[in-house]
Amino acid sequence: MLTALLIVPLLAALIVFAIKSDKVRNLALGFSIIELLITLVILFQFDKNGGEQFITNCSWVHSLGINFNVGLDGISLMMVLLTTFLTPLIIFSSFTNNIKNPSAFYGLLLLMEMALVGVFISLDGFLFYVFWELALIPIYFIAALWGGENRIRITFKFFIYTLFGSLLMLVALIYLYNQTPDHSFALKSLTGLTLPRGAEAWIFWAFFIAFAIKIPIFPLHTWQPDTYTNAPTSGTMMLSGIMLKMGLFGLLRWLLPIVPNAVEDYAKYAILLAVIGVIYSSCIALIQSDLKRLIAYVSIAHVGLIAAGLLSQKQQGLSGGVLQMLTHGVNAVGLFFIVDIIERRTKTRTISELGGIANVNPLFAIFFMIILLGSVALPLTNGFPGEFLILTGLFQYNAWIAAFVGLTIILGAYYMLKSYQRVMLGTTNSITESFRPLTTVETSVLLIICALVFLIGIYPNLFLEFINPVVPNYMSH
Amino acid sequence: MIQNAWLIPLLPLIGFLILGLGNKFLTKSLSGIIASGTVLGSFIIAVTIFLGFLSGENKATTINLFDWINSGTLHISFSFLIDQLSMLMVLIITGVGFLIHVYSIGYMSHDEGFTRFFAYLNLFVFSMLLLVLGSNYVIMFIGWEGVGLCSYLLIGFWFKNQDYNDAAKKAFIMNRIGDLGFLLGIFLIYMTFGSVNYAEVFEGAKGFASGDSVLVVITLLLFIGAMGKSAQIPLYTWLPDAMAGPTPVSALIHAATMVTAGIYMIARSNVLYTLAPITQTIVLFVGLFTAFVAATIGLFQNDIKKVLAYSTVSQLGYMFVALGVGGYSSAMFHLTTHAFFKALLFLGAGSVIHAMSGEQDIRKMGGLKKYLPITYITFLLGTLAISGVPPFAGFFSKDEILALTIGPFSNIIFIVLSFTSVLTAIYMFRVFFLTFHSTFRGTEEQKHHLHESPATITIPLVILAILSTVGGFLGMPRIMSEHHFLSQYLAPIFEFSDLKSEAKAPSEFAEYTIIIVAVVVLALIVLWAMNRYIKKASVPPADDKQTPALRNLIYNKYYIDELYDAIIVAPINWFGKQFNNIIEIQMIDGFVNSIGKTVIWGGKTLRLVQTGAIGFYIFVMVAGIIAILLYNFIR
Repeated sequence: MLTALLIVPLLAALIVFAIKSDKVRNLALGFSIIELLITLVILFQFDKNGGEQFITNCSWVHSLGINFNVGLDGISLMMVLLTTFLTPLIIFSSFTNNIKNPSAFYGLLLLMEMALVGVFISLDGFLFYVFWELALIPIYFIAALWGGENRIRITFKFFIYTLFGSLLMLVALIYLYNQTPDHSFALKSLTGLTLPRGAEAWIFWAFFIAFAIKIPIFPLHTWQPDTYTNAPTSGTMMLSGIMLKMGLFGLLRWLLPIVPNAVEDYAKYAILLAVIGVIYSSCIALIQSDLKRLIAYVSIAHVGLIAAGLLSQKQQGLSGGVLQMLTHGVNAVGLFFIVDIIERRTKTRTISELGGIANVNPLFAIFFMIILLGSVALPLTNGFPGEFLILTGLFQYNAWIAAFVGLTIILGAYYMLKSYQRVMLGTTNSITESFRPLTTVETSVLLIICALVFLIGIYPNLFLEFINPVVPNYMSH
Repeated sequence: MIQNAWLIPLLPLIGFLILGLGNKFLTKSLSGIIASGTVLGSFIIAVTIFLGFLSGENKATTINLFDWINSGTLHISFSFLIDQLSMLMVLIITGVGFLIHVYSIGYMSHDEGFTRFFAYLNLFVFSMLLLVLGSNYVIMFIGWEGVGLCSYLLIGFWFKNQDYNDAAKKAFIMNRIGDLGFLLGIFLIYMTFGSVNYAEVFEGAKGFASGDSVLVVITLLLFIGAMGKSAQIPLYTWLPDAMAGPTPVSALIHAATMVTAGIYMIARSNVLYTLAPITQTIVLFVGLFTAFVAATIGLFQNDIKKVLAYSTVSQLGYMFVALGVGGYSSAMFHLTTHAFFKALLFLGAGSVIHAMSGEQDIRKMGGLKKYLPITYITFLLGTLAISGVPPFAGFFSKDEILALTIGPFSNIIFIVLSFTSVLTAIYMFRVFFLTFHSTFRGTEEQKHHLHESPATITIPLVILAILSTVGGFLGMPRIMSEHHFLSQYLAPIFEFSDLKSEAKAPSEFAEYTIIIVAVVVLALIVLWAMNRYIKKASVPPADDKQTPALRNLIYNKYYIDELYDAIIVAPINWFGKQFNNIIEIQMIDGFVNSIGKTVIWGGKTLRLVQTGAIGFYIFVMVAGIIAILLYNFIR
């Protein structure tokens, strides 16, 4: 069953690559919906209290002990659901743009989907690494070929940044592989290892840096604002909505259980970095003049909080962190789509040039407001349950850290309402007075996102029921 | 009936959804009917449940709707607690709320955003009901933030005006400062008691010694939340700015209901506060200081709504003083009467503003008595009530709080609070006389338009005026009656605190003295004000006139806003800029780029080594072999 999740997008990508037609985007959308349906079938057959399920394990490179080993637990299922849900939504939202060379573009998107699913279901370290690297390639081309000005330089920086992290991870993986008695990359073998304290320490940092770059965590984040701002909107959505969860998921599955003692020793420093990053990027968001760049910094703040929650090693911190990964995926896609809608109509993203859009397009103003409320974690919207749980976990870890990072709820309201006011409220000007009504595609995408803002906010247990039972597996003590 | 109490918040929510989704299709009158009708429905249900409590047929009940957030040992259920305290609040919210809805039909009739306005109002009532009905702190927090959102939306209702939007944003953010305190309080409650449900928390707290530091910290954190929502110093400057919203909003949200959420929260948590005497003292002094400072600012304001806004801040201070001395039911009593007369005063002010074509400056009013007879009489009753003239509502509730403050802290509280009462009467009669008496000072065009408001406006005024007149009989002092209705009704809620508290009832002599002194002083104030504003027809100076320094300081609200700008807002923006320009661009990115440059430089340099001259290669090779030999030799 899980293999189908990899084969469908792979085949789809190949087919889409091969067909040179403007209608190819419908095909891409169709395939990604099939992928979503498969995920839903798995979801309904899934046993919430059953641990790892749907396991496929066969030998791949026999001589090196590398296996094609995939499987799902509740948390990875949620990540797969996020991926297979957002991908069709992102493809659909791109229908508003006329994309040059669509078969290559959508082919790359589908290839990326496959790699992302692969990352979330791998139970073999080598397989994980392969998918991890594979995911980088399509997004590199998407950003480099369809991006804005400076795209080559910026994409190259992003590429080098993450490749550097990946290499650290590879070294750590090979070291671990050599330590296993049966020379295996299997997650089970790696978590069963007892390592010298010193080795655990450097492995912790090697993994952490690799994941921290992807997430990104301060101070390894400087590729992110440039890349998010310059990549085409679909690329930015894939990056922020799904791809950065690879890093968070990596923390959870490939760091916490493998080096528990080092986590005990060093998690505090990692949390400190994450928490500083939250406040730091919130402050920078306050002074951004470019709306897309502002959302990029908001994203750093949000994922920093998630990372801190995961590293807190508390039940609520972990549950909330995973739930917030879903929420962040939805909201990031929503916010970047909002920016895209504004930019396509006004040809600008500079906040000070906009204003009064709510007068011309009240419906758009309502959608923006709802997503904004989710982003500032108003109760009964999707931002709240996760943030509440993360802060509960962090508070048990250290009350002062929770109080400090809690400042983000004030700063978050400040920068979001400030930019909303400048962009949407007030009187119209020559740029915004002819703001076109929303198209059907835009309205549908925004409706879906807003529905999720309320669904996760009002009934988070729907998702927490999958997450909660497996959380203890990721707590080292 | 009590099992159906979940209908109470549901009805306004349905109203909100209908108005929100059907915005384009509904006529104005239909929108008004739906919005007021749903609130009236909730009110009727609330009355039946309330009567059940009076007859003793209803007991405090928890209604469980569904599990909201579960994680580990944390279980937050979406459930309501129906008891005496929550029902009292529900009655005020839906009762006064309904009147204000009806009033708004007339007041907002010419506004193009009519349906949107009523959708927001319904959403507000829903959130406020969640706040008071929740059976745990997290549900209270939903309502708490929800009313903050509605307040934001309604203050900035006329969103073309960026000043209004600034006021709205300020209200939301200042409230969020308080909310962070509240949230941290909830975390500590969960850590301490393993639950966030009132029942389990209060039961657990009873096992703690009085003055336990955990309880002190919890209560202080909750109080930070209360300070934000109920506009106490230092988190009060948003409330006067919030007057940018339409006047019915000021009456409902910024006078009668939302701003009293902090009072409700502490009354609800009375067990915790009674066990944390240090916090109680802090609550007491914050309330006292706020009551006094806000009253002084109110003395010199010329915007009719601003005067009422500062008056609200001041009256909320009174309620916190009552909470601080353990007079929980007295605080709730004043909350109730204040809801009546302050809603009345705001709605009256709205009627005046309506008649004056939007003018809010009392220097440009005067002599409105004959044009607006109903508004005039009802406003007078409101003024009498807030000033504490017997037998109007404010007299009883304020007298009760004053009586509680006799004794502790060598009567300092009593003295300051009494003096504040004097100030209250002064600024209220100042507004009253300047607005309604003497001669008209506005433009000819305004004079031409002067008219009494329609029935949808005057009927709520009359009803609220009646309530402001007789509302005080809910709780009469001991010297007049054996039965204090409200405190007996609320007794089950404050049972534990009343047992613990040492506050003793004032002597009969003290009560008589308070009443007599109050009457005499009030009479003197009225005479003074009549002399000044009617006989001498004195009008406050224009803004550009030179005034004494102290008056200037107070008129400019002690420059608190400017102070906040300088010590909070400016530094945050400064941090943002420095982070971006120095750390982000120069340090981190500079470091990253320098690595890149080094690699490129290294590549360029090494490339030069590949000269293509075979002789050079051989030379390097031989040199290398010699070096290896030497290395081995030395080792």
